[in-house]
Amino acid sequence: MSVSDTLEVGPGCPSGLEPAADAGVIDPAPFVRRLRDGAAQLELSIYGAKCGGCISKIEGGLSKLPGVENARLNLSTGKLAVSWRGEIIKPRDIAQTISDLGYRAAPFDPQAAEREQDEEGKFLLRCMAVAGFAMANVMLLSVAVWAGLDGEMGPGTRMMMHWISGTIAIPAALFAGRPFFRSAWSALKNGKANMDVPISLAVFLALGISIYETLNHGRHAYFDAAVMLLFFLLIGRWLDHRLRARAREAAQSLLALQATTASRFTANGLLEAVSAKDIAPGDRLLLSPGDRAPVNGVVESGASEVDVSLVTGESAPEKMNAGDTLYSGVLNLSSRLIMRATARAEDSLIADLTRLIETGEQGKSKYVRLADRAAALYVPVVHTLALATLLGWLFIGDATLRVAVMNAVAVLIITCPCALGLAAPAVQVVATGRLFKEGVLVKSGDALERLAEVDAIVFDKTGTLTLGRMRLANLDDISHEILMQAASLARASRHPLARAVVAAAGAGQLAEDVHDAPGYGVEGVIDGEKARFGRADWVGVKSDGANAASEAWFKRGDDAAVRFEFADSLRTDTAETIAALQSEGVVSEMLTGDRPAPAARIAERAGLSAWRANMTPTDKIARLTALRDKGVKAAMVGDGLNDAPALAAAHASLSPGTAADASQAAADFVFQGDSLAPVLTAFEVSKKARARVLENFKFAAFYNICAIPLAVFGFVTPLIAALAMSGSSVIVIANALRLKTGNASS
Amino acid sequence: MSALLYLIPIALFMGGLGLAAFIWTVKSGQYDDMEGAARRILLDDDEDEDPPLEHR
Repeated sequence: MSVSDTLEVGPGCPSGLEPAADAGVIDPAPFVRRLRDGAAQLELSIYGAKCGGCISKIEGGLSKLPGVENARLNLSTGKLAVSWRGEIIKPRDIAQTISDLGYRAAPFDPQAAEREQDEEGKFLLRCMAVAGFAMANVMLLSVAVWAGLDGEMGPGTRMMMHWISGTIAIPAALFAGRPFFRSAWSALKNGKANMDVPISLAVFLALGISIYETLNHGRHAYFDAAVMLLFFLLIGRWLDHRLRARAREAAQSLLALQATTASRFTANGLLEAVSAKDIAPGDRLLLSPGDRAPVNGVVESGASEVDVSLVTGESAPEKMNAGDTLYSGVLNLSSRLIMRATARAEDSLIADLTRLIETGEQGKSKYVRLADRAAALYVPVVHTLALATLLGWLFIGDATLRVAVMNAVAVLIITCPCALGLAAPAVQVVATGRLFKEGVLVKSGDALERLAEVDAIVFDKTGTLTLGRMRLANLDDISHEILMQAASLARASRHPLARAVVAAAGAGQLAEDVHDAPGYGVEGVIDGEKARFGRADWVGVKSDGANAASEAWFKRGDDAAVRFEFADSLRTDTAETIAALQSEGVVSEMLTGDRPAPAARIAERAGLSAWRANMTPTDKIARLTALRDKGVKAAMVGDGLNDAPALAAAHASLSPGTAADASQAAADFVFQGDSLAPVLTAFEVSKKARARVLENFKFAAFYNICAIPLAVFGFVTPLIAALAMSGSSVIVIANALRLKTGNASS
Repeated sequence: MSALLYLIPIALFMGGLGLAAFIWTVKSGQYDDMEGAARRILLDDDEDEDPPLEHR
């Protein structure tokens, strides 16, 4: 597929994983960086890029702009870096091109971009590589030593082997062990002990005793054990880091949402692009159709329909006139508005919600992960055992200090939590990969643990139980010809009802002379006759007005008017999913900001007996807190910006891929598609993952019960230590991989 | 046994070469976009008269 081919197919992701975005174009001018050699660079967050086709589409499309030197999209993080020379193209042209291709672009704060470089991940990778290199090479020599122990290898050759091993292992262990030494040191400084303390101790003692043995022409050296230990532990550490890095990225994309720009009127009436954080109360801003209000404000002039779903969660737009209040984040749909800012960006609604979300996230970070809980039990036991071995051999066994220390170190090495360090991350990586294949994005490893503990799920209504968008309900009553005519008008409008008609009709022509009449409908000329599509009274039909939000009329010339009826439909498998969750012992409940009557209707059809209407974002959090105080661990499923604080506060949270960015950022899981079944799948896989982690812990405990007596009584040679360590790690990973093939989706 | 005197250095040198290569790949950011790299291999840039430049 060449770039020119991909440009001809429709906008948005060619794989169909993500619908084309239809948000407006922001001017990223305030975020352009000037490089030393005169080139300009811009970093943008791209929303909606999901596949390889997106890469060629975006990079190819941008490379065609005059002056663009380089465009590179990072598909994993969604960051696009564009650099260009000269003044031929403006930053806005770049944003416009991306928008024309069907993606949404948000400027990325360059300071945040600097931090983005994953230094910690690279550090762990380098340590892992060094430990792996040392392990392989030292093992090569150690195997020769073990094979020759019964006399085939002379003591001179053995000593040379030990010396070479030492020269490789000592610098390698000091280099690769730094992540553990650092963490152990900072724990000890605070008077605590974590898992890294016995690890560091084992590495240092193993190296020390090996040097001593080599100097004294001893038979055994533990150089291989020290680096092998570090290699296995670093694998676990790195897997864990990758899972955490993903969660951090999600939080940063929330910050990117705030880095929006706006068009401000200068004193002499000209327009300038400013960053949202530079807007002061009293500034006059232009809000074109497709723009989101950057700060809280009031409408100064103009009338337009505004999508306030970010605030209320409801999809029906509201009509705004001069004097009405706009909250930051609401989307202007139909015509230009001039607004006056009443608050700074940091005092506006999105910032308030961000603070609520942060509070919720802090609550979540108090969650103690299974692996850490296991470590808290494990560390004192290991230390006590090693000390008891040392003292036991010295005083009861009457051995020399050398033998006593050797055996104590063997206890530390053999109990060192290789299997324990891999037990949770390996399972979580496999579970995450499996859920990804089923269309569920998992943002952190402990999210799996938290979801598995849940015994109640709280659902939002619009956009979660329902699809959240209006669909043409009486398609069968409307002739194809009328539908196509209405669609030729509707294509000119951003109104949700017009969009629904276009969705039903598919691709087609635009009528002549079309214009949008904000708050009323669309008007144009079809086959030489004037036609209108919109509100009943405007089209010239008498209607009771009760259904104004869910109906529209089409009338051409003197023909009879045709009624178009719209409804938001339930996701097809909502009732089944809720019933299945019920049978797994999970109670479902619905919280909505909508009025009681429609809420009751949806609750009945979804098979929910517990529901509450008229809930504000704070009410939702209060309900979750009330549940928690009763000892119920509740997960939240929601999509609106108004749900985001509740998503962050819940024990675990999910949001559909159509949700507001902030909600996707606050949720632990994001699921794609029109079905609700992924909620069930995520729950089941989480439960399975938890079971595997616990199995792994049980295995690690069993392994220790068998191995510790051997070590305590001095039977552990370096060969046995190496076999035990690698054997237990392989078993733990194999157990994790079982999750890949199990049938959780049945 | 004297073969060890040159075989061990050769083994270590070759291992070290692999290590250096791996560290270079980490440093040059080749693990920054694992997903993108997997997809890019399937793109036919050669059909395009003005392929996007690779800057890394």
